[in-house]
Amino acid sequence: MKLLSAIELFGEYILLLKKVFSKPEKRKVYYQQTLKEIEKLGLQSVGIVTIISVFMGAVITLQTAYNMENPFIPTYLIGLGTRDSMLLEFSSTVIGLILAGKVGSNIASEIGTMRVTEQIDALEIMGINSASYLILPKIVATVFFNPFLSILSMIVGITGGWLVGVFTGVVSTQEYLDGVQYAFIPFYITYALIKTVVFAFLITTISAFYGYRVQGGSLEVGRASTQAVVMSSIFILLFNLILTQLLLS
Amino acid sequence: MIVVNDLCKSFDGRLVLDSITATFEKGKTNLIIGQSGSGKTVLLKCIVGLHEIDGGVIFYNDTRFDNLDFNQKKKIRQKIGMLFQGAALFDSATVEENVMFPLDMFTEMTHEEKLERVNFCLKRVNILNSNHLYPAEISGGMKKRVAIARAIALNPEFLFCDEPNSGLDPKTAVVIDQLIKEITEEYNITTIINTHDMNSVMGIGDKVIFIHQGKKWWEGSKDNILDSDNKELNEFVFSTELTRKIKGL
Ligand SMILES: Nc1ncnc2c1ncn2[C@@H]1O[C@H](COP(=O)(O)OP(=O)(O)OP(=O)(O)O)[C@@H](O)[C@H]1O
Ligand SMILES: [Mg+2]
Repeated sequence: MKLLSAIELFGEYILLLKKVFSKPEKRKVYYQQTLKEIEKLGLQSVGIVTIISVFMGAVITLQTAYNMENPFIPTYLIGLGTRDSMLLEFSSTVIGLILAGKVGSNIASEIGTMRVTEQIDALEIMGINSASYLILPKIVATVFFNPFLSILSMIVGITGGWLVGVFTGVVSTQEYLDGVQYAFIPFYITYALIKTVVFAFLITTISAFYGYRVQGGSLEVGRASTQAVVMSSIFILLFNLILTQLLLS
Repeated sequence: MIVVNDLCKSFDGRLVLDSITATFEKGKTNLIIGQSGSGKTVLLKCIVGLHEIDGGVIFYNDTRFDNLDFNQKKKIRQKIGMLFQGAALFDSATVEENVMFPLDMFTEMTHEEKLERVNFCLKRVNILNSNHLYPAEISGGMKKRVAIARAIALNPEFLFCDEPNSGLDPKTAVVIDQLIKEITEEYNITTIINTHDMNSVMGIGDKVIFIHQGKKWWEGSKDNILDSDNKELNEFVFSTELTRKIKGL
């Protein structure tokens, strides 16, 4: 029974995507919408991404430093540890989970409210493909902009580690920078960006899906937005596993 | 002209509309009346295609509408204006942007031409100096009037109004009724109005269809509605103490 409804839900999701990716009615309007969404979903997330990344970079640095009691382990490994944690997991997966909470609930409640107040019906009545009009600009905006957030997170996180490392004296600037450059694998950045793009797509489409199919009133909108965050997070974790196996093995 | 034939609609096995057959004439205000919950909104939404119907046919002039696909429906929908029961203005857009929206989507007008049309429509519904307010900042009656302005922005051939004057004071209600009637006659529109307000019926009921228990129970005009001997209709029409006394019931 559960499985059946899960399959049904997945079918609904695919049908919605099909509606979303049909030919846009008026390019100019879509273009303007996309710019608005970049500002709303992307630029307005810069603050939270920066704050979280700087603190996480700092904490990772301290943890690595305080766990290295053995004097034979070179201190530059601190920089390396922070770099790899930020590149491999933090800037893509953890940021993805945070954006699932922030952007996902925003998308689901916005579209859900439009559904229950008949604004979506109003679009349909005018002969507009409401799914495409409302969701496509959001997908384009996040898929395009989230990689920048991810890169921002890497830079800010590594910088945060450096600042706290020097400030607390656990590592010198020179050692930290040596560590950051030591055995650097550029593909890790590609890997993080690929994950970020996939997560952006998942967050946006899953949240929009839950918002779009709301029936009822404000109570259901709230429930849909919770579901959107939970499901986006689960799928981010799932795809993190799949992509890691595919890309790093 | 809009014709529906044998229209049936049920939700989860519960029959809401039972074989409705009716003709809605061009240049006239066609009213659908009935108790709350009798199926007026569902009927309207079936006619415009927001609900899939279970049986029957719908014609817009000579075109059969119910079996068209989305793109074919789109052509007809661009000739439809609809006023929803809750106005359904776009929350994130100003009054001006709301009315301009259909023009943005479906015309190649310059911004000045669009603005001129928007101001003309807003003036028509007596909304002045509110262009840059958001829906949350205007009153319920103003929302309805802005929604009418949006519905007539593209000079529709078919106009649907779901309880255009519910929740308004009697004076504004009359103004809105008259406005819809004037527009209907001026542009020769096929207008369908849902209402349970007898004042509207007596004011603008060129043609009246009474829905009871999902069936078309009675059909006529404002001129013969008061002396009908249909029991359920009389109960609906003469539901207040005052009207009962006048009728001598
Ligand atoms: N989406 C839906 N799913 C299930 N039942 C519905 C749905 N929409 C309407 N109904 C049912 O259909 C019936 C008719 O509802 P409708 O909204 O058409 O009433 P109405 O005549 O417009 O009433 P009102 O004057 O209060 O607006 C109601 O019993 C309602 O419960
Ligand atoms: Mg209704």
